[in-house]
Amino acid sequence: MRERFRWSILAAPLALIACSNTTEAPKSASADAPAEKPAKLNKDPYPSTYKPYPGVATAIRNVTIFDGEGGRIDNGVVFFAGDKIQSVGGPDTPIPADVAVFDGNGKFVTPGIIDIHSHLGDYPTPSVDAHDDGNEATSPTTPEVWAEHSVWPQDPGFSRALANGGITTLQILPGSANLMGGRSVVLKNVYARTVQGMKFPGAPYGLKMACGENPKRVYGARGRMPSTRMGNLAVNRQTWIKAQEYRKKRDSGKDYTRDIGMETLAGVLDGDITIQNHCYRADEMAIVLDMAKEFGYKVSTFHHAVESYKIADLLRENDVCSAVWADWWGFKMEAYDAIPENAGILHNAGACVIIHSDDENQIQRLNQEAAKALSDARRMGFQISDADAIRWLTYNPAKAMGIDKMTGSLKPGKMADLVLWNGNPLSVYSRPEKVWVDGALLFDAADAKRRPVSDFELGQPGEGDVK
Amino acid sequence: MRHLLLAAAALTALASPANAETIAITGGKLVIGDGSAPIEGGTVVIRDGNVVAAGAGVAVPANARTIDASGKWVTPGVFAGFSRLGLSEVDAVNGTNDKSGGKSGFSAAIDVAPAIDPFRSPIAVNRSAGVTRAVVAPEAAGNIFAGQGAVMDLGSDSDAVTKARVFQFVELGENGAAAAGGSRSSSHLLFRAMLREAQDYAAGRNAYDDELLRAEDAKALQAVLRGEQRLLVRVEAANDILRVLELKRDYPAIKMVLVGVSEGWRVADRIAAAGVPVIASALNDLPATFELLGATQSNIGRMKDAGVKVSIGMTDDRDSHQLRYTTQYAGNLVSLQKVPRATGLSWDEAFAAISSGPAEAIGMGDQLGSFKVGRVGDVVVWDGDPLELSSAPVAVFVDGVEQPLGNRQNRLRDRYRTPQEGSLPKAYEH
Repeated sequence: MRERFRWSILAAPLALIACSNTTEAPKSASADAPAEKPAKLNKDPYPSTYKPYPGVATAIRNVTIFDGEGGRIDNGVVFFAGDKIQSVGGPDTPIPADVAVFDGNGKFVTPGIIDIHSHLGDYPTPSVDAHDDGNEATSPTTPEVWAEHSVWPQDPGFSRALANGGITTLQILPGSANLMGGRSVVLKNVYARTVQGMKFPGAPYGLKMACGENPKRVYGARGRMPSTRMGNLAVNRQTWIKAQEYRKKRDSGKDYTRDIGMETLAGVLDGDITIQNHCYRADEMAIVLDMAKEFGYKVSTFHHAVESYKIADLLRENDVCSAVWADWWGFKMEAYDAIPENAGILHNAGACVIIHSDDENQIQRLNQEAAKALSDARRMGFQISDADAIRWLTYNPAKAMGIDKMTGSLKPGKMADLVLWNGNPLSVYSRPEKVWVDGALLFDAADAKRRPVSDFELGQPGEGDVK
Repeated sequence: MRHLLLAAAALTALASPANAETIAITGGKLVIGDGSAPIEGGTVVIRDGNVVAAGAGVAVPANARTIDASGKWVTPGVFAGFSRLGLSEVDAVNGTNDKSGGKSGFSAAIDVAPAIDPFRSPIAVNRSAGVTRAVVAPEAAGNIFAGQGAVMDLGSDSDAVTKARVFQFVELGENGAAAAGGSRSSSHLLFRAMLREAQDYAAGRNAYDDELLRAEDAKALQAVLRGEQRLLVRVEAANDILRVLELKRDYPAIKMVLVGVSEGWRVADRIAAAGVPVIASALNDLPATFELLGATQSNIGRMKDAGVKVSIGMTDDRDSHQLRYTTQYAGNLVSLQKVPRATGLSWDEAFAAISSGPAEAIGMGDQLGSFKVGRVGDVVVWDGDPLELSSAPVAVFVDGVEQPLGNRQNRLRDRYRTPQEGSLPKAYEH
């Protein structure tokens, strides 16, 4: 655990590069299309092969619903079928005759929990050296690497996140050793033989970027740039200039040599790839916002943003989310001013709050982390509902990752990603009872077989244990 | 100088604080901390820093300052069963981090007491979360023996060390193997050889040489060999636990406590039979290393059911800053009671595992960790169930002295409640 923690300190989240969610439309070659046009760039060369697993039409009634967008329904009904949410409403919501019905008395339903910042798969357990696949720490800018090419689909951590945390979607990021760490990948929390079998269909890519201590320490220690925060910025700006030039060349219609790192950065400038920026200090976030304006891109989310509370107004005005822990602090200098009221002050100021983990243990308790942040916010007098706090774990991260049209809240037509909790998920005494991903029941606390066991754990002590 | 140091040590040894008074906390839901059920409307009376009465129907002394805790919970302060509290301000800033003395060349002789700094900000932060005592261990580096740990209080006064040199800490799992040259064979050999050298040293044998131990280290191990100082042994894997229990058979005088113990459930009967107490990590459930393959959150509950004396400690888990997680961890073990096939703790057991449990494991249960008569007056008044995430302390007493609950984080919170700057920069808001 110590090693993971230290790694987290180093490996603050790198920004994800969002990729456009789809392969460029396969040319519907009309007869008179110019024959010589260069082949279109395949933006999705490692496409998702994930398909929803079979589920049965299911209704949960008499249950408390947090819809993920701040709504709450008591004695409600949720009905899903064919991998989509069909209806959500009060006690009178009709339930078709031939569906499975669960009574949710005393229980709660939320959308599947989403962690916008995870290293499951690229820093999997066991945390042995051979599994250190999260930081390509050989150059301060490595936009050419893709986290999905490091993800080990057999990480036992995925199962704990599902069973104890109700996690249905997660963004896997490269680490934070580099200023530009590479592309993220968004996964459904579903075991598969290949990472392609886990990839969230249609999710944009992200680019992980990192401010502050980590890049300057890693490269400064090697006597190379950057060794200072001003060096961090200089390397970033030089790189964005190259990306602008590359993009111009790419769009000129003439032949050019492909550069996969530059393709990612150009994708950011195109608005196809989201920026997921590890950044602790408020002053550095403000500088990054100016850099984004200088080069014409948008920051989706600052991760580990422990000082966001100091500039909540600025973040609201720039429509940037802060992905934060409830209470981590003091493990490094740039985390010294972290306070447990960070999320509360941001929320109260109207800025976007996301609770993230960056940790294979706390991803199992993101609901509890939100509960702590909520409690500290209320204690300073802010009126925030339970339902609003659930939004920090569902709709807000979905929006920041560009998948809010598909998941993140319980709305008809969205993916049937949901958790049935055995009590209020903001209580320490509550746990997931059932978890559905795209309408398929993938965890059931009452059924020892309805719980994934990774290849790694097969035949090992504790195989299939409750964990 | 030597005289002054001794005098200071005497003053800190469980002395009654100068400003002690008689305090009666009445009307609350009273938790004794020994595993018994909470008492509605109970009273605890503290005099001169110690518990003199606690329970239902306890009379309030005439001269007592009375605190009405109606609608609140009243518990012994949280006892962090394993920590590096007071040893670090900012972990990654070397000058503030005293967890390990690994490059000094010393091992067993290292004593955390002089490094424990009550003015470091983690003390106030964790105090305001209801933590009042902590087991403080050095971190091993380059040797299986990390050195001698202490018990501290989290009071705001300048004397934090409750008792120095309470235990010796040794690593005998993967960490120990690495420190011993790469294998468990070498860590066990080293353990035996170092104890043999320590015995030779004590016997004044000519055979004594300082190949493994400096004289100071050999001296420090005498108290362990005589059973006067506990030996806290970090082990995680089932096999490592069994092999350590065998060491205990060979050194019957040693008073051993196991720390970590993530696979303890696999050999719980053997631990129970050996009568060795355990300070376990509460929520390890991942194979973070190969010694944690069988880790499960049900570990503590299963050990408890097997008769092991088990309590909660945060071993290598945010151990210098986040001891406030202790209540959350205990609450999670309670939540397991509702999970099919899982084994948790009852609420009463869970609270004992973070109060009297660790105090007893390190041999100070007669002085600390509960509201039994004669224990020190570490009291927390909570606005709700102390294990619940929405609860927080409204009053904290250490040694019977009411404590300030503010900290640096509160000051930052208050300054930025409204993030915008006003007629003067934020730096003028103080």
